[in-house]
Amino acid sequence: MDNVNDSSNVRRRGIARGPRLADWAAELRILLVAVLLAAYFEFSNRDFLLTSASLENLSQFVAPVAIIAFGEIMLMIGGDIDLSVGMVFAFAPFLMVFAADAGAPMWIAVIVGLVAAGVIGFVNGAVTVWLRLPSFVTTLGTLFLVNGITLTISHGTPVPAPGSPTFAAIMGAWGYSEILWTIGIAIVMHILLRHTRWGLHTQASGANPVGASEAGIRVNRLRLGNFILAALLAGLTGILEGFRITSIDPQAGGNQITFLAIAAAVIGGTPLTGGSGTIVGGLIGAAVLGILNDGFTLIGINAFMFNIILGAAILAAMVFNIHVARLGRRGPR
Amino acid sequence: MTGVEQPPAAPPPSSQQPLALRGEQLVKRFGAVTALDGVSFTLGRGEILGILGDNGAGKSTLVKILTGFHQPTSGAMYVNGDETLLRSVDHARSLGIECVYQDLALANSLSIYHNMFLNREIVRRGPLPLLDHRAMREQAAEFLDEIGVHVPSVDLPVERLSGGQRQAIAVARAVHSNAKILLLDEPLAAMGAREAALIIDLIVRLKEKSGLSIIMIMHNYAQTLDIADRIMLMQRGRVTYEQQSAQTSVAELMDIVRREYRAMRAAGAN
Repeated sequence: MDNVNDSSNVRRRGIARGPRLADWAAELRILLVAVLLAAYFEFSNRDFLLTSASLENLSQFVAPVAIIAFGEIMLMIGGDIDLSVGMVFAFAPFLMVFAADAGAPMWIAVIVGLVAAGVIGFVNGAVTVWLRLPSFVTTLGTLFLVNGITLTISHGTPVPAPGSPTFAAIMGAWGYSEILWTIGIAIVMHILLRHTRWGLHTQASGANPVGASEAGIRVNRLRLGNFILAALLAGLTGILEGFRITSIDPQAGGNQITFLAIAAAVIGGTPLTGGSGTIVGGLIGAAVLGILNDGFTLIGINAFMFNIILGAAILAAMVFNIHVARLGRRGPR
Repeated sequence: MTGVEQPPAAPPPSSQQPLALRGEQLVKRFGAVTALDGVSFTLGRGEILGILGDNGAGKSTLVKILTGFHQPTSGAMYVNGDETLLRSVDHARSLGIECVYQDLALANSLSIYHNMFLNREIVRRGPLPLLDHRAMREQAAEFLDEIGVHVPSVDLPVERLSGGQRQAIAVARAVHSNAKILLLDEPLAAMGAREAALIIDLIVRLKEKSGLSIIMIMHNYAQTLDIADRIMLMQRGRVTYEQQSAQTSVAELMDIVRREYRAMRAAGAN
């Protein structure tokens, strides 16, 4: 037992302290699940991980889910959620195509697509914060709204992805470019969450909104910013995916990707209650979903069976994660 | 109103310095409701003033005027002898008035040191404004140590602390942000005797060490007489009694409150 009156002890622990394993407990737990699942599928089917084709395949499943999850995690930490991200995913690439068709250079066209996504995020945030709707309701509305807009402006038909082969390769067409984007964005988002005032204040606002504003934190500005961030990431993901499959499809993304991203966030250790969360956990959570998806496909589970098992696996992972985490918190340290 | 004796005038402060806070005939109305009905008070430097009263007596309204959250309908406020209208919470804070609210304004999932520096974080110099976790951790540990608040580690999330420890962290945060005048809203609410004793200890120590002037909103008469230099009794938006703690007793205070209630009931019957 520590002597609580030993001041040198307190001071020593206060200073010089590198990253510790305990700080990463949540992430390590879900990493263990991912490794166990991967090992299981690797034993059941030798082709699972260690061939380039399936690794590429896996990375392309994980990447879009993870990037969208990063934005969703910031929102969930602040006590919000965005159900419209899957529709913004389909919307942004079309604005990019229109800009490219109008003669804008490709990189400008991409920025146009991202700004369009950001505007949707701003609307989500503004309605939630200023008109005081629950974000669940706001984004449920914009989900249908944005989907309708996308279908209207595209006349419901896909168009080929614009741009030179090199540009397309960087923006997702090359096999591993999407996962490289994902890792880069994960690093930036992790730093944003853990090492900036923005991230810390987002956590404080989610944990205690009244208290955070009593401390002078501008909670509404943070929430608005995180809605814009989530929409930007969703738009970027839509653009990357458009280049990867070389076609901009108004039916791409949708609710499937939204809920996979939320599942990845929760499996990775970000509860829906707000106040805490982890970007790295979200990335591993997306990997767990990808491993389940690819693994079951490779060992030949039929499509009807697949959703049953995937659903059960999501539930099991969440129950495990939430309850083991709670036990860990309660225990002595 | 009723036939309650007028409170005696506050004794003049012993020091030559101006009073930390003075309120004169403060009135606050919310529509038809009069929450404060002409409240005058003083707070000397390095003094602990305990404000007692039931729910609806106007204590919270008074605190919210002192923190700049509400502005009085009429009346005057003096901070360090200068007449001051506290325009906002930030304005009051810039004058060294800090409040520890009952909900403590702590972010439970964040560590002690993050809470200590909430919205006053130390940021590293450089092109990127990154948090200097090490400096905050170090300073938080040192400061808690200095004022005698002992926690196993400043890395612990606040949700792992007891109610008393959490209160101590909230008080420490307010003091650490250079408070000159500290307002404590029910600091001992829902606290066991041992924990309450620790907080009382901390408050007295802070007062003696840094010359803080403190206003405490309280419910418990005995605890208040134990810790405050002077007590003020509020009932229905007015100050009905004011006395040095040493010159009154729980019995006397109870007696005044009971008399007031009887008068109130008699007034209601008419």
